[in-house]
Amino acid sequence: MEMRVPDRRRFLALTAAASATPLLSACGAGFGGDGQSGGGGSAADDVTGSFDWKKAKGRTVKALLNKHPYTDALIADLRSFTEKTGIKVEYDVFPEDNYFDKLTVDLSSGRASYDIFMLGAYMVWQYGPPGWLEDLGPWMSNSSATGAEWDQGDFFPNLLQADQWSLKAGAPLGQGGQYALPWGWETNVVAYNTEVFKKLGLKPAETFDELREISGAIKRRAPGAGFDGMYGVAVRGSRSWATIHPGFMTMYSRYGLKDFTVDGGKIKPAMNTPEAVAFTRDWAEMVRKGGPPSWTSYTWYQCSSDLGAKKAGMLFDADTAAYFQAVKGASPAAGKIAFHPGPKGPGGSLATNMWIWSLGMNAKSKNKHAAWLFLQWATGKEHLRKAAVEGNHIDPVRKSVSQDPAYKDKMKGLEGFIETFETVVDQTKIQFTPQEQFFDATTSWAASLQEIYGGKNAKSVLNGLASDLASKVG
Amino acid sequence: MSSPLTETDHGAASHGGSGPSARVVPRRRRALRPYLLIVPALLLTGGILYPFGLGLYYTLFDFAASKPRPDMVGLDNYRRIFGESSFWDSAWVTVLYAVGAAAVETVLGVAVALLLHRSTRVGRVLEKILILPLMIAPVIAAIMWKLMLQPSVGVVNYLLKPFGMGGVQWTDTPAGALLSSIAVDVWVYTPFVAILALAGLRSLPVSPFEAAAVDGAGWWFTFRKLTLPMLWPYVLVAVIFRFMDSLKVFDIIYALTEGGPGDSTVVLQIRAYLEAIRFQRYSYGISYMIVLWAVVYLVTMVLVRYLGKIQNRAAEVPK
Repeated sequence: MEMRVPDRRRFLALTAAASATPLLSACGAGFGGDGQSGGGGSAADDVTGSFDWKKAKGRTVKALLNKHPYTDALIADLRSFTEKTGIKVEYDVFPEDNYFDKLTVDLSSGRASYDIFMLGAYMVWQYGPPGWLEDLGPWMSNSSATGAEWDQGDFFPNLLQADQWSLKAGAPLGQGGQYALPWGWETNVVAYNTEVFKKLGLKPAETFDELREISGAIKRRAPGAGFDGMYGVAVRGSRSWATIHPGFMTMYSRYGLKDFTVDGGKIKPAMNTPEAVAFTRDWAEMVRKGGPPSWTSYTWYQCSSDLGAKKAGMLFDADTAAYFQAVKGASPAAGKIAFHPGPKGPGGSLATNMWIWSLGMNAKSKNKHAAWLFLQWATGKEHLRKAAVEGNHIDPVRKSVSQDPAYKDKMKGLEGFIETFETVVDQTKIQFTPQEQFFDATTSWAASLQEIYGGKNAKSVLNGLASDLASKVG
Repeated sequence: MSSPLTETDHGAASHGGSGPSARVVPRRRRALRPYLLIVPALLLTGGILYPFGLGLYYTLFDFAASKPRPDMVGLDNYRRIFGESSFWDSAWVTVLYAVGAAAVETVLGVAVALLLHRSTRVGRVLEKILILPLMIAPVIAAIMWKLMLQPSVGVVNYLLKPFGMGGVQWTDTPAGALLSSIAVDVWVYTPFVAILALAGLRSLPVSPFEAAAVDGAGWWFTFRKLTLPMLWPYVLVAVIFRFMDSLKVFDIIYALTEGGPGDSTVVLQIRAYLEAIRFQRYSYGISYMIVLWAVVYLVTMVLVRYLGKIQNRAAEVPK
């Protein structure tokens, strides 16, 4: 028996250490990495002579992609790229739940497993400062690397600016390096079930008060009008950054509210101002009275499918989330979904927050020229037009595609889609303050929203949030 | 027990004797053999301790994506952790979860084992069914339960509807989310406890039970005075494993609630994951993991010591 004690101890030590190993290993990568990029010029300077699509012929580009209809349209057209350039593309596709973890771990490891990848503008704030993203500005301005037909001026300017940042917390977008290129985007609007609106004699809400009223009215009255189990408005509610950025941040911004204020380069949380507290309380109340049951687990998947399954009378989220339910044959509600810009702010504001799927290049890539040619092709007019007309790559990032008769013809069957898009496109931008702690701030914000929804005092919850964030972002 | 053969002995053995001839093992190789035998263990230990030590070392820095060239901060990360109310909230949730899950699984597991031990053919069929949840990855089980607990389309509320309980929002309240997470854990791991307890029951000596039966002892008396004391070492092994695992839970809670609503189900592992992976504050996240490791280590040490005592006591029971 005497011998057992050290045996057990050793066993326990090893077991417990083994339990910690995976995370430790995952986190261990990257220590002492290259740090901030910048300085030392760009690989784009090495490309000289006249522009030629075939300059990197025979190379292979590795891409990390998120499972998305935009991705499907890209993959369907990859052969055109290989024919045009002689460059092969290998890719991995991950579902959205794991995609960003995979990308984050991969980039932080300092390896060049992937030359190019999909990312959002918010990720630029996280991946840019450590120097993981290639500044594409020098590539764009090098006429040897970039063909004239790429036409930078054709992008909606707010979209191009969304991926442009000086890497300084609180500094506005649209200045500094171009850390990704707009590829596909989403504007946040209201989509509604025309059938239930007609039956209940409702009109799309023009103000937030109306939206709250209509949401509650649908939840109360729709089941009696033949829409069993229907509630008013589908909005996201999971404990994730993704809950804050679509409908919530759009309406919040239309009220002229800010996440942070920047004074003399110092960032201060502003989600606890009296106006922000009142708005947040109203939003939580709207969800309680007119939102989905089990709202705290709601992601865009549930919101979108509830609209399609006639469980939700309205959706305040990405227009694409409604589009994928609205197209013919996609869902029971297909053909009965219309689009509306959503409620205006007190001054008539239609400020809208956006999600932008961008394409970025790994700063550690050993294949930058080929990767740039791929980015140029994927964000070029030819592919994007094809993807929008033949695939489901809607919400064009290029003005020429949005005005293309074939695209307009395709979208005209969706009531109010084009009109809504054109109404909000110029007022849609990133409404958040760019800063590295974005994901922490918005995840905590979503948790606070859940607590307020659960009945906690909005003022004290948001004061707690603001004081917690002040120490992290200040 | 070691071979008595030496080079001289070998000579004698090879010349006479009818038994199988033993291979000559040179003295130097024999001396080396124990060291060679521990090489795999050493490699394994190194493979475990290296990342562990590296992680421990990183906790002394302020290493984060935003600070890839970190400063040495000593024990500041730990000081910060212990000074934050969010850590204590998470620690409390972790303990509640671990105690709740391990306790329910133990009681249910032993009960199921007792039932299966009594029956025969039906018991054997049930044993096979019982093992099914263990074959499902906990994260899959959690996603499956998330769908089943969905208030409007989930099967659980559908089944409860006839009893007037069709509108329960299982994971929308802090208590509901914690209880739902524990319930999923119980669903997945109770069979594990039951199987261990059943193995224990089947290995118990028969004579004390026969003697008790002859003396006319009732079921409850026999269970309290004979079955449970003799079974306890087996049950305790299950408790140790389940408690250790529950303290480190991540998959079930993250898939079911993501730590919400609010911070109500943010256990230490989830906080560590968020800090290290999502928010990319590596040193801080690893510090959380080290704290959790220390807690698991200490708690398990206490339980193992207790298990030793119980085993000694059980060994004294006449067989």
